[in-house]
Amino acid sequence: MTIGQGVHRADGRSKVTGHALYVDDLQPPGCLYGATVRSPHAHAEVLSITRDPDFDWTDITLVTAADIPGRNCVFLMTEDQPALAAERVLHVEEPVALVAAPSRERAALAAKHVVVEYRELTPLFDAGSAEGNDSVIFAPDNVFKRIRIDKGDPSQVSAGRVIEGTYTTGLHEQLYIECQGMLAMPRDDGGLTITGSLQCPYYITKAIGKLLGPDYEAPGRINVVQACTGGGFGGKEEYPSMVAAHAALLALATGKPVKLIYKRDEDLRATTKRHPCAIRIRTRVDDAGHLLSFECDMVVDGGAYNTLTPVVLSRAVIHATGPYRCKHVRIDGRAVATNTPPNGAFRGFGAPQAHFAAERHMDRIARELCMDPVVLRRRNLLVDGDLSATGQEMLDVGAAQVLDAALAAAESEPPALPDLPGGGLGVTRQLRGRGVSLVFHGCGFTGNGEAALKGKVALELVDGQVRILTGSTDIGQGTRTVFPQIVAQELDLSLDQVLVVEPDTAQVPDSGPTVASRTAMVVGGVCQQAAKKLADALALEVGRDAPFAELLAERTSDMPLRVEHVYADDGSLTWDPDTYQGDAYPTYGWNCNVVDLTVDLETGAVLYQRLVTATDIGRALNPVLASGQIEGGALQGLGWATQEEVVLDDARRMRNDRLTNYIIPTSLDAPELHTVLVEIPYEGGPFGAKGLGEIPLDGPAAAVAQAIEQAAGAVLDALPMTPERVLEALP
Amino acid sequence: MPSAEHPLGRQEITCHKATTLPQALELRAQHKGCTVIAGGTDVMVDLEMGLRTPQHLVDVWGVEELRGVRKHGNRLWIGAVTSYTDIIRSTEAQAEAPALVEAARTVGALQIQNRGTLGGNLGNASPAGDTLPVLLALDAVVEVASRLRGSRFVPVDQFFVGYRRIRLEADELITGVWLPGRHDNDHTHYRKVGTRAAQAISKVVLAGRLRIRDHVVQEARVAFGSMAAVPTRCAAVEEALVGRPVDPAAAAQLPRDLAPIDDVRSTGVYRLRVGQNLVRAWLESLR
Amino acid sequence: MKLAFTLNGQPVEAEAPPAARLLDLLRETLGVTGSKEGCGEGECGACSVLIEGRSVCSCLVPAAQAHGADIVTIEGLHGPDGALHPVQQAFLDHGAAQCGICTPGFVVTAAELMDRGGKWTRADIREALAGNLCRCTGYQKIIDAVAEVLDAER
Repeated sequence: MTIGQGVHRADGRSKVTGHALYVDDLQPPGCLYGATVRSPHAHAEVLSITRDPDFDWTDITLVTAADIPGRNCVFLMTEDQPALAAERVLHVEEPVALVAAPSRERAALAAKHVVVEYRELTPLFDAGSAEGNDSVIFAPDNVFKRIRIDKGDPSQVSAGRVIEGTYTTGLHEQLYIECQGMLAMPRDDGGLTITGSLQCPYYITKAIGKLLGPDYEAPGRINVVQACTGGGFGGKEEYPSMVAAHAALLALATGKPVKLIYKRDEDLRATTKRHPCAIRIRTRVDDAGHLLSFECDMVVDGGAYNTLTPVVLSRAVIHATGPYRCKHVRIDGRAVATNTPPNGAFRGFGAPQAHFAAERHMDRIARELCMDPVVLRRRNLLVDGDLSATGQEMLDVGAAQVLDAALAAAESEPPALPDLPGGGLGVTRQLRGRGVSLVFHGCGFTGNGEAALKGKVALELVDGQVRILTGSTDIGQGTRTVFPQIVAQELDLSLDQVLVVEPDTAQVPDSGPTVASRTAMVVGGVCQQAAKKLADALALEVGRDAPFAELLAERTSDMPLRVEHVYADDGSLTWDPDTYQGDAYPTYGWNCNVVDLTVDLETGAVLYQRLVTATDIGRALNPVLASGQIEGGALQGLGWATQEEVVLDDARRMRNDRLTNYIIPTSLDAPELHTVLVEIPYEGGPFGAKGLGEIPLDGPAAAVAQAIEQAAGAVLDALPMTPERVLEALP
Repeated sequence: MPSAEHPLGRQEITCHKATTLPQALELRAQHKGCTVIAGGTDVMVDLEMGLRTPQHLVDVWGVEELRGVRKHGNRLWIGAVTSYTDIIRSTEAQAEAPALVEAARTVGALQIQNRGTLGGNLGNASPAGDTLPVLLALDAVVEVASRLRGSRFVPVDQFFVGYRRIRLEADELITGVWLPGRHDNDHTHYRKVGTRAAQAISKVVLAGRLRIRDHVVQEARVAFGSMAAVPTRCAAVEEALVGRPVDPAAAAQLPRDLAPIDDVRSTGVYRLRVGQNLVRAWLESLR
Repeated sequence: MKLAFTLNGQPVEAEAPPAARLLDLLRETLGVTGSKEGCGEGECGACSVLIEGRSVCSCLVPAAQAHGADIVTIEGLHGPDGALHPVQQAFLDHGAAQCGICTPGFVVTAAELMDRGGKWTRADIREALAGNLCRCTGYQKIIDAVAEVLDAER
């Protein structure tokens, strides 16, 4: 039985020995290096692009929008984002030109000598005044998406008391340790191979399908290969398409392989971040704290181009009430355009922002009613049979279980008080506090999204091995280990007989993107079904029914045996994307965070002592990989809570564009992370598994805010809760 | 601009390596405007960021006679090319200057400590240098030398003359730091408020020393980094402390000594408030 | 500048501008790509190598200082008889590598800690590894792996 075992990662050995190959480790002969020229202005007309005559351009290739052979567009959901700005730039750091050179040094130098003349225009930065503004960034009214959810009628509720609050979260950087990078190589057959750091190879083929002109439009003319990828967290969901577009344009223009690898400062300034959010919540509650009505207004700042913003808003509004029951709900969300770098996917994808607001609002209610915040939550927790805000009957609700499990684990032993060098232990005054937060997270794509994606997996039986062909990628979460576990379990094979092939769009089908907490649950499920088909196919070929391994031994043919399976659900879920009513997700994960921390009264600094999490993941296919995901996501949540802030200048360009100044937690900032895995099996997932990739990041920040409040009486409703803000808020 | 840059870059920089002090002084005198490099943890960052464009580097990492922590009588000598790791591990440093050892533990993290040097911290003269307030609090003396004029000794509170500028002639090298040995009546304190728990630039860094006899403060040193253009002693606070029992109210004098600024990491208001809090907390712990 | 040094136990010769980064000398000139660039400023530790047994950020070492040095990269770490180094084995056993980009740096630094010997607590290990940044793991399993190798109780 391999399911439920913490087997070693399939790619572990290559990673611990330094032999795993990331894109910048690839060194094809004759490779050139690319660099990007970017706008220093947030909003401007591009008047001209010329070469500095005092620079030696003999070994440099320059590409601008005018040189794009096909459609100047990096396609995702809409066609609004160009690969290179043509007449206008809509945000600082927008790409305007590309250069290729024989070395990185030369490329960086050449980029500095491209002369771009701009006429500056007035930028629009305030998301609150973007809608309907005279300055049109996204036609017609700067609104990427509006979503309204209605359940019952809050306006008819007059009982109880009104409690209102506003909660804001800012930009948040994914900070994968490997920067963005792509290698584009002309193929012998005239096509193009793009290899790089990425989550979604098929996003890239779709994004640049029309960019390179008719020669490259036919399927297969461009193939995309995922190199070993050093972290993604959503930051490599859509942005790699832009890097790939640029590398491809340079490869075409030079006829040579071109590597485009970002340095950290460029990566920080220019690539997507978590959407800033301003959320206003107004509830009516009775004296016992029951939610009588819940109204929410949400503004999400998408930056200058559409990217995936409508889907971020979608997830945010669906999770806006938190895991709580309420009969009368109104949620009004809008995602707007501003002249800032486009925001994009980052683990949680709108849910962390929504949960921070909902949880802080529960804390506000508790404060005003003088109630224990955990007691208040228990009173309002969803239970089986309750209807969600979208009217979905919630089943297998794990909210109470994870709350109980986390609290029990937290009680079992007190956390240690850390003694840091230079920390002043014994002199400094520190107050202890504990905070609790509860969240849920829909697994997979919303509504009928999975049925629309038609994610496909192929299995091939070759030389006694089962090869899994999938466009799903391993970005550290363990896809290349868990998929073989599922197939090996289904076919009763040993793990070393099953492997995942390198994700190359020339070889593997489109399984849908590696996002949305769907890889294990949805695509893993497709793997399982494909394995069943493979077993049937082998039985048919050999001519009898028997265990797979037996049939394999009897097999005389050495022809590869191939099957495919496409995702299909049973059609029992109903979802209306216009009214946002119905079954938003096939199932939900549930998670509780209990954080113990101290607040330093001299400095406002928060020191984490311990974080306990309990997460219902349906079934732990591989407990080591599962707990690893939860630990990593949880620490990202803690970093978001108190350390990670994007500091902007007047053009909204990132000022703290180096790792010295964008502060992620070190091992000394990180507390001990105690992970409790709760398993309430989901029958729609392989062996009962649900998605778990994102939920760990949804809740920790709210728990931290509550703990700060409990410790020191400082009420903070905006992230991050830096020492400066905590000190200011101390009573 | 030459069109054939070396693929690894920086080919315009020449490096001159010294293995003895006389060699190092000779190279320093020969190459006007040269940058001295030891462990490289500041210089190499500056090269990468384009903040420094020297033509000549004088590499003193191999000058063994400038490395070490040694007691001479009741004073402690620390060579300029002594790494933070060496300081942390030195039993002499632990005994005689525990505040400096604690400061060394807060510089960057292990990899930086293995390469960064005390001489480098002084030479770089960053306002945020973590060891510098400790040197002020301990009345350290910086030893510098030149080929022509030999050694001279500069009290550390006269060493910093402006933002990243030190009292060092173009042909001089920092060779070491002298500290008085630990005094039985001394109470020292080090506190660093960084951007996070480790691998952090300080927002506020405090080093203090009070010499107390019969409950009366005989000598007071209160020094801050990251609060001004240079590491700074707080004269008004020190004056309010001397000659009486430890009085935490002396912390209120801090605005007379310091007017910290806003920067990408923090604000002046926060720094001043925290500075006062740290001084007050320390003084309260001594009562 | 002509450089001669020991790399992973073998003598090596190379040519590089003296102020060029050791990281680039290793990766670009010598094709030894196990050490990674995560930040270029000595913050993340992904470029860590051992020089005379001490973990340093190779992005901050000038090539000139490689001359005559004993340098060990991730590729040079192994256990007896070519088996995995105990730190590498512990990383595998504990699931301490996820995306793996930070792993070489951590393994190199932990190898220095192992060579130092002495008694370690988990808190000591956290302090010693604070110059290696990880974004995937939350550090928990990395600390578990290194604690096992260093025999750290609490």
